[in-house]
Amino acid sequence: MSDAKKKKKKPEGPNKLKIKERMKLPRQDMPAQNPSDRVKNFNEVPYGLNDEQAFQEALRCLECPNQPCVDGCPVEVDIPGFIRLILEKDVAGAARKIKETNSLPAICGRVCPQEEQCEIVCVIGKKGKPVAIGYLERYVADYEREHKLVQLPKIAPPTGRKVAIVGSGPAGLTVAGDLIKLGHAVTIFEALHKPGGVLVYGIPEFRLPKSIVQAECDFMADMGVEFQNSTVIGKMDTIDELFEMGYDAIFIGTGAGLPRFMGIEGENLIGIYSANEYLTRSNLMRAFDPDEYDTPIIRGKNVAVLGGGNTAMDSVRTGLRLGAENAHIVYRRSEIEMPARIEEVHHAKEEGVQFHLLTNPIKFIGDDQNRVKAMECLKMELGEPDDSGRRRPVPIKGSNYIIKTDLVVVAIGNASNPLIPQTTPGLDCNKWGNIIVNDETMQTSRKGVYAGGDIVTGGATVILAAGAGKKAARAMHKYLMEEVKR
Amino acid sequence: MPKVVDNKQIGPMVWKMLVNVPRLVSKAKAGQFVILRINEHGERVPMSIAGLDKEKGLLTIIYQVVGKTSALMTTVQAGENISDCVGPLGIPSHVEKWGTACVVGGGIGIAPIYPIAQAYKDAGNKVITIIGARSKDLLLYEEEHKAVADELFICTDDGSYGHHGFVTDPLKKLLDDGVPIGMIMTVGPVPMMKFLSSMTRKYNVPTWVSLNPLMIDGTGMCGGCRVQVGDETKFACVDGPDFDGHLVDFDLLTSRLGAYREQEHKAMKHFLGDPGCRLAESVKKFKYPEEQAGTK
Repeated sequence: MSDAKKKKKKPEGPNKLKIKERMKLPRQDMPAQNPSDRVKNFNEVPYGLNDEQAFQEALRCLECPNQPCVDGCPVEVDIPGFIRLILEKDVAGAARKIKETNSLPAICGRVCPQEEQCEIVCVIGKKGKPVAIGYLERYVADYEREHKLVQLPKIAPPTGRKVAIVGSGPAGLTVAGDLIKLGHAVTIFEALHKPGGVLVYGIPEFRLPKSIVQAECDFMADMGVEFQNSTVIGKMDTIDELFEMGYDAIFIGTGAGLPRFMGIEGENLIGIYSANEYLTRSNLMRAFDPDEYDTPIIRGKNVAVLGGGNTAMDSVRTGLRLGAENAHIVYRRSEIEMPARIEEVHHAKEEGVQFHLLTNPIKFIGDDQNRVKAMECLKMELGEPDDSGRRRPVPIKGSNYIIKTDLVVVAIGNASNPLIPQTTPGLDCNKWGNIIVNDETMQTSRKGVYAGGDIVTGGATVILAAGAGKKAARAMHKYLMEEVKR
Repeated sequence: MPKVVDNKQIGPMVWKMLVNVPRLVSKAKAGQFVILRINEHGERVPMSIAGLDKEKGLLTIIYQVVGKTSALMTTVQAGENISDCVGPLGIPSHVEKWGTACVVGGGIGIAPIYPIAQAYKDAGNKVITIIGARSKDLLLYEEEHKAVADELFICTDDGSYGHHGFVTDPLKKLLDDGVPIGMIMTVGPVPMMKFLSSMTRKYNVPTWVSLNPLMIDGTGMCGGCRVQVGDETKFACVDGPDFDGHLVDFDLLTSRLGAYREQEHKAMKHFLGDPGCRLAESVKKFKYPEEQAGTK
C-alpha cells in the first residue's frame, strides 16, 4: 500500500492513459444469459468478462493515492494493486495479490455487494460509473483457476499448535486459510456432508456454481486443512471436548441456522418451506435434477416468497427455474427498504418476478390435504421510523386480499442456532442467542474460543463473515503463539 | 465413509443394518437418531437408533422398505460403505426414576423403544413393555425386550401371536387397574401414537411420543421437521424427537409425512423397474398399501 500512497502527478505504472482519458472509458457490461433462457436452467447467469473487456475495465482505475476502495473492502484487498497486474498481463499474479488478504476471490467476486463497499467509494464513480471491481475480481480468480495457474502459497513451518474450526462457511474457510498459512494445524468440522456452508446449501448454482466452492475447498485441503464432514459439534463433541482432544484454539462459525417463521395461522401446512429448506433441497441436495438425485422438492405453479433480502431473491428465482408460472415476492416494506442487492432485484424483475410491496401475509389457507392453497394478506403503509431506522410498515385496515399460492417460501431471516451455546458453559450470548465477541479480536467470553459470521451478527453477507474470519485469525494467531506453550 | 458390517432381512420388508461408527456410538444415548445418506445422489434420511454396541462401535438400525431410499438400503452388502452417517442427533429421551415406567412399541417402533426401555431400567425403574405388530412375522425384538422388561405384553392385530388387539388394550387395563405408571413412552406408527395419547389423556399419565418427521440437516437449519405441539411450532431435530403426546397435532404430522407421496411413488416405481437395481426378489415384490387393496 505504501508505494501507492506517494503522491504522483503522472502515472508511472502500466496504465499510460491520462486521468481524463480514463474517465471517458465506459464501464464494461458483463454479458449474461438472457432472461427467457435462463429461467429454464440453473446455469450461472453472468458469463464473466473476457480478457479484452477485463483489460479495458482495468484501464479505468484512476489509481487514487488514498485508495478509498481498499478502505471500503471488509478484507482490505489491494484493489489498485491487483488491477495494475491485470494491465501488466499478469492475471494469475492479480489473483495471488487478492489472495494475500482474501482467500475466496472467485466467490466474493460473485456474491459480494461491491456496490455498497468498494465500488460506492470509487472516485471515478462520483462522475460516472465506478470501476467494476467485482467483475474484475471474478475475472482474475476464474482465469487463474481455469488456466490451472493456482499455486499453493508459502506455508510457514509447523508451529505445533492445533486449531478447530466449527462450520465451513465463508467465516470458517477464511480462518482456515489464514491460519494454515501461518503453520498451524487446522481441522474444519462441518455438520453437512459437503463443505462450504451457506455457499453450498444456500446460494443457488445460477449465482454461485458449486464447482467453484468445491475448488476453493480443495485448495484449502491442498494447503493442508483437514475437513471432517458430517460432524455436528454440540452433538458429537462439545467445545470443551475439542479442547480435551488437543485443540489449542477454536473458531465458531456455525452461521445463523435456525429459520424464523411468521408465527401466523397455517404456517405448518404442506408447501410452506423456510428458505433454508427450499434452497438446501435444490442446492445441496440437487432436487432440481430428479433424474439423478433422490431428494424431492415441491414444484409450485404459484410461488410466493416472503421477504426482501438476497435469500428471498434466490428463492423466488429458484421457484421460476423449477417451473413456476407465477412467482411473487411479498414484502411488507417498500422497494427502497429491501435488503437485497439491486442487481439481484434487477435480475428477478427481468425474469418476470411479480413484486407485492407493502404487503404482509396474515394467514395461510390449506386444502383438505393440509396443502397450502392461498394466503391472506394485508396492505401496509409506511409510518414512523423504527429501531432499524427504516420506516415502520403499518397495516391498512380492511385492505385484506388473497394471493393464490401452492408454494410459500419464508425468507424473513434466521435466529441463531442453539446447539453450541447450549452445550458450552460460560459462552455468553445476547438475548437473540448470538455469541458475544470482542469486536477487535472476535474472542468470546471463553478463553481460546473465537466466533464470527452470522452466529455473531445475525444474517449478513459472505464478505462480512470473511472479514470477521480475518480478524479472528489474526487474534487467534497471536493467542496461539503467545499464550499456548508447546 | 461409514462401513456397513451387516445388513439382512429380519421380517417381511423389514431389515436390520449394523453400521460401524465407533465415535458416534460412544456419544449416542437412547432416544437419539442419526441421518444416513446411502450414496452421493441419495436423500438424507433420519433413522431412529435401535441399538448401540459401545464395545464394538456398532449402531443398529431397523428399517422397513417403504420407498426408493429404504429399498436402496437393502442393496448395501456387508463390508460396503455408505456415504454418510451423522449423529447422534436430537435430545436423548428424558430418563428419571418414576418407579414404574411403561414403554410401548408398535411395528418398526418396537426396535427403537428397546434402548429407551434399557435406559429406564438402568435408572432403577420397573419397566412394563408393550409391543405390537400387524402379525407375528412382523414382531421384532421379542427376545431383547424379554431380557429387559419386568412385564412384557405382546399384541398382534390379527391375533396370530399374543393378545389379539392393539397395544392400547393392555395399557388401558393396567391404567384401569390403578398400576402407578409414572411415564408412558411410545414409538410407533403415527395413528398408534395418536390413539394411545388420546386414550391416556383422561388418566392424566405423562405420555411421550418419539417423532420421525421428514428432515434434511437435522441440526435446526432447515425447519422441515417442524411439528405443532400445543400452541407452539417445534423442530423435531433440535427440540425433540420426543414430545408430549397430549399436545402433538398428529393429523398435521401425518399430512406432512405424506408431502412427497406422489414423487416417492414415482421414484419407487422407476427403481423397481430398473433391471440394474440389484434388489432381492423379496423386495422386488414391494407394493404400496393401496395397490395391495386393489384400489389403484
